[in-house]
Amino acid sequence: MGDQPIVARGLTKLFGDFTAVDGIDFQIERGEAFGFLGPNGAGKSSTMRMIGCVSPRTSGDLSIFGLDPSNDAAAIKARLGVVAQQDNLDEQLTVVENLVIYGRYFDLSRAEAKRRAAELLEFVQLTERSKSQVETLSGGMKRRLTIARSLINQPEVVLLDEPTTGLDPQARHILWDRLYRLKQQGVTLVLTTHYMDEAEQLCDRLVVMDGGRIVAEGSPRSLIDDHSSKDVVELRFEADQNEASAPALHGIGERMEVLPDRLLIYASDGEAALQEAHARGARPQSALVRRSTLEDVFLRLTGRNLVD
Amino acid sequence: MPSTIDRISASTSRTPSRRAIGRTWHHALHVVEWQLMAFRAVWRSSVLTSFVQPLMYVAGMGLGVGALVNRNASSTSALGGVRYVTYLAPGLLATTAMMVASMECMWPVLAGFKWQRTFHAMVASPLEPADIVLGEAIYVGLRSLLSAAAVAVALTIFPATRSSGLLLAVPFAGLCGLAFGMPIAAYAATRERDSAFPAMQRFVITPLFLFGGAFYPLKQLPVAAQALAKFAPLWHGVELCRAATLHRLQIGTAAVHVAYLLMWIAVGLVATVHSFRKKLLI
Repeated sequence: MGDQPIVARGLTKLFGDFTAVDGIDFQIERGEAFGFLGPNGAGKSSTMRMIGCVSPRTSGDLSIFGLDPSNDAAAIKARLGVVAQQDNLDEQLTVVENLVIYGRYFDLSRAEAKRRAAELLEFVQLTERSKSQVETLSGGMKRRLTIARSLINQPEVVLLDEPTTGLDPQARHILWDRLYRLKQQGVTLVLTTHYMDEAEQLCDRLVVMDGGRIVAEGSPRSLIDDHSSKDVVELRFEADQNEASAPALHGIGERMEVLPDRLLIYASDGEAALQEAHARGARPQSALVRRSTLEDVFLRLTGRNLVD
Repeated sequence: MPSTIDRISASTSRTPSRRAIGRTWHHALHVVEWQLMAFRAVWRSSVLTSFVQPLMYVAGMGLGVGALVNRNASSTSALGGVRYVTYLAPGLLATTAMMVASMECMWPVLAGFKWQRTFHAMVASPLEPADIVLGEAIYVGLRSLLSAAAVAVALTIFPATRSSGLLLAVPFAGLCGLAFGMPIAAYAATRERDSAFPAMQRFVITPLFLFGGAFYPLKQLPVAAQALAKFAPLWHGVELCRAATLHRLQIGTAAVHVAYLLMWIAVGLVATVHSFRKKLLI
């Protein structure tokens, strides 16, 4: 088990009649960045909470560092770092106090907790805000502080539940950069996201979840290769004309997807497909040729968009 | 499912080992440390309030009501032959502890679950819900003691309320505070909003303050009201504090009052662990 800190078999979570996680299997390798990609309600957070030992599983097996969360929660949590979806910093305390007291929960001495806090504030670029009240920080700074706090016990695995939801693009890029550095230091990252760009940027491997099940698994590249074409042509017609325009374009490329606001043609050569569409008399308001993304994979696998 | 069976047998056969109790205790002290860290910012105003408020009661009630009561021989005998202000003063230790502990166990508890989610952050560390609850109990006990001590210091200013028994009354008041705090914390942890808290203050805490035996003997009340007042922890705390400052402590009676307060604390602790678990481990 040394190389796989987290292994799940038939992992299931029920809330009353509702099946949040429906018998999923996965294993996470040491040192990799592993992602759970899916829309809201796919079961990502429930899975993360079970791994974090704050949600008893209904059935199935879950092994973390070779231990069972239902028997050894404290021992497992001592080796995990957790960044929850909702901020849970202590707003009565200063930035540095938040880190020091959290270190104390892991039985660090006060001196050691202070030493690590200073180091981590440096790492997340908050040193000059060390004495500030948490209340005064921006959303991105709070997230970075939460990440610093999750590292106070020098965890082997860090769980990040939607780490950049609600942040502006610049704040997201700063955060991604810090997470990338962590990965380079050999920390195993486990994250959930409903942003395909985040998954593509950060994850070595990911599973696509929908309705509590895993519908695909692989690296971002292999998922795109397996489930989508190389290129995608996006055509936008006048309002309500997308569906009506579809029959004329039938047979171009490998596959077509009609969405309420646009029409997608999946093809190995996007430019050629677009020319063919024009040749058949299509006059879209806008046309765009781009590479396939995980968003397309998700659409293909579930028939739905990631972000509603 | 073998894993489910394993889990059930593991949880039923698990008896709290000495090591596990030691760990809970150790973790709880970290929670106390957290509370004190936050309290450091507000302790001056909090202690000052506990010091000034009893002075106002002693001055207002003692001078005003006391002058009327002390003039009447039958009233004085109903109070056990002491001046009104001497009778009144020890009750303020218990009522102050009750109010401070109740406050600490309403909004701050809900903040830990809803507004700041600090308890959720704690339970992601090696701390377990029971550790957090024990830490909260120790902190609320300390807060009750501290506020009662501030009242005691205020009471040493006047000869009529000064008593060596105050030293014993402070821990009695601390118990009284905890006996309120723990059941209220158990309740607060089940709430989604703070809408019930002001009602609790208006319809539980304030009536007890007025009818709980702090200002006059319970015998002045109708029998049904007496029974209600005796059910709540406050009267027992007031009786203990008063017996201490008037040097009338009888071991047997005191033991019954203490046992009754300990029962409230124990039931409150168990209920709080239950409601914290339900909120934090879902």
